[in-house]
Amino acid sequence: MSSRERILGRVRRALADVEQDDRPYEQAFARDYLREHGDLDVEQRVDLLAENLADYRAIVHRCTAADLAATIAGMLAARGSRTVLGPPGLDPEWLSAAEAERLADRAESTPYELDRVDSVVTACAVAVAETGTIVLDGSPDQGRRRITLVPDHHVVVVRVPEQVVSSVPQALERLDPARPLTWISGPSATSDIELDRVEGVHGPRTLEVVLVTA
Amino acid sequence: MSGTFVGMPAFPEAAHEAVNDPTLRGNLRHATHTIRAKRAKAVTEVSDWAELREAGKQIKDHTLRHLDRYLLQVEESVTAAGGVVHWAADADEANRIVTRLVKETGESEVVKVKSMATQEIGLNEALEAEGIHAYETDLAELIVQLGKDRPSHILVPAIHRNRGEIRDIFAREMSEWGRPAPEGLTDTPAELAEAARLHLREKFLRAKVGISGANFMVAETGTLVVVESEGNGRMCLTLPQTLISVVGIEKIVPTWQDLEVFLQTLPRSSTAERMNPYTSTWTGTTDQDGPRTFHLVLLDNGRTDTLADEVGRQALRCIRCSACLNVCPVYERAGGHAYGSVYPGPIGAILSPQLRGIASDIDASLPYASSLCGACYEVCPVAIDIPEVLVHLRERVVEGGPVTREGNRVVLKPAKGHAAERAAMRAARWAFSRPGALRTGQRLASRTRRFHPRTLPGPGSAWSGTRDLPPVPAEPFRDWWQRTHGGKDGAK
Repeated sequence: MSSRERILGRVRRALADVEQDDRPYEQAFARDYLREHGDLDVEQRVDLLAENLADYRAIVHRCTAADLAATIAGMLAARGSRTVLGPPGLDPEWLSAAEAERLADRAESTPYELDRVDSVVTACAVAVAETGTIVLDGSPDQGRRRITLVPDHHVVVVRVPEQVVSSVPQALERLDPARPLTWISGPSATSDIELDRVEGVHGPRTLEVVLVTA
Repeated sequence: MSGTFVGMPAFPEAAHEAVNDPTLRGNLRHATHTIRAKRAKAVTEVSDWAELREAGKQIKDHTLRHLDRYLLQVEESVTAAGGVVHWAADADEANRIVTRLVKETGESEVVKVKSMATQEIGLNEALEAEGIHAYETDLAELIVQLGKDRPSHILVPAIHRNRGEIRDIFAREMSEWGRPAPEGLTDTPAELAEAARLHLREKFLRAKVGISGANFMVAETGTLVVVESEGNGRMCLTLPQTLISVVGIEKIVPTWQDLEVFLQTLPRSSTAERMNPYTSTWTGTTDQDGPRTFHLVLLDNGRTDTLADEVGRQALRCIRCSACLNVCPVYERAGGHAYGSVYPGPIGAILSPQLRGIASDIDASLPYASSLCGACYEVCPVAIDIPEVLVHLRERVVEGGPVTREGNRVVLKPAKGHAAERAAMRAARWAFSRPGALRTGQRLASRTRRFHPRTLPGPGSAWSGTRDLPPVPAEPFRDWWQRTHGGKDGAK
């Protein structure tokens, strides 16, 4: 007997006392929790996102689409970044004012090459106001997961208000589980020393979020 | 390497040393009190906490009640997404599967995301025996591995170490494993985190095989979820060419939507954050992004035996948040090592004796490692009634009875050393089923109360050594009730 059959057999014997219940899953129990907390208007939702991002030590900028290239260029210059990587589908306009050398993410590039990149700039899939979370889904303007992980400085652009939802339930509705997702809430951190939060371990130690309005 | 738990003494002996170690007591008190207050605040922020908790319980219970169906669905959806599914009935089988998979890649080192399942099965030791080095990459796991120590907490395995001790371990041991600690390393947490970043980066960049567990597996989509803080998880899940995930069969949730409950309750319960810094989800493999090969090892290792226990099976709802450890007065004083398992604290006291059985001294003593205060139940985000299971397991230890071990029904004999307790309970049963005898006994006790000792003699002395005997009232309750018509006559 294979272990698969053995385990399934054990499960079925273990559940011998359980009454048969053929109700569809949606009717199996009530979901009495809220779809979102509070009734925020668009502006409040964006403000809450900014507040919660900042609370977990992300650096938040706000600008209009017309100022985006200059804002990004300013952030890269302030950090002294000499190289900046953008995923293949990134709007070329965004990096048009940057003085840093623009690098492309090639399929064959190694983690070592990525480790030498100063900054990475991406878009995002959705942002969650209540938790201060940015979600990347690997779309062409966000790139492979590794490019937002190995470099120490990540700039992520959120189109507000259309990419901002209030809550985790609303974010999951918008996302495609078939894509590899990365949920980011602030820069890399740890609570492993005396259960106190410290920023900055393996992921980008500086996370800058640009909330851009049309 | 993390040490073994084989031959652990029973909990009271194991806890004795910890209770008398002022440094350990101080470290634990500081850490648990810090997180306790923060968790309470993070939970209050969410007005529907009770409803989220109830939904989490219902989702997990439903999954467990139909576990065979959902296991098959996970297998189908993970396979459809490009993953390879393996089934492991016990720790040995899981270790053999993982060892074989690593060897097939031709690699002799792996990077690991913190995973309770792989600790439970002793994977690092099994790999080491086959010449494969496993590098723990979670900061606390790194501290434990470098310190040749054992984990003492589910979330923060090095909670028993303070910053000074961590500094010493890094300064002394890092050079043995790779990049040495920076010169003049101090004990500020930021510097310690930086040292870990530098030490592990070379291992991440060259890693070809990653090993993880998972917090959740979604049956309908075949998606796995890892919740973490540092980015070491992302490194292990995305940079290697081969990813092997070892996941307990109880980690399934039926639908993608179900994550909306746990992604709200888990971070707030474990690190007291609105959301943890990083959560990764992946479904099979993705072209040009992340590992090219993905293996999922579904682990039983005592879980189906636990599932067979009608009262005890609720322990399988556990999402490993560790909130119960942080509020437990016993854990705070005894520390994690005394529990003799990778699962310490209240959840460990009900999980270990069920996963492993109660044959050993330590497992038979774990249901007693509690004051039954109920704080663990109150904070549990999936409402596991830990005190209920503790009492149930105590009964199993004292009375024996039917249990399931490795899929077979067996009948346990009553444990030794509980003879006086059993005799007392038998006497109580006799008296309570004979109203006349009970009345006579109670009146006799009331009339002789001036002569009652303050401690019990003989085998009862151990019990009354740390407790006051309840005072006997001047008049039995039933006599008072009859005399005063239930207090209606106004008489005292």
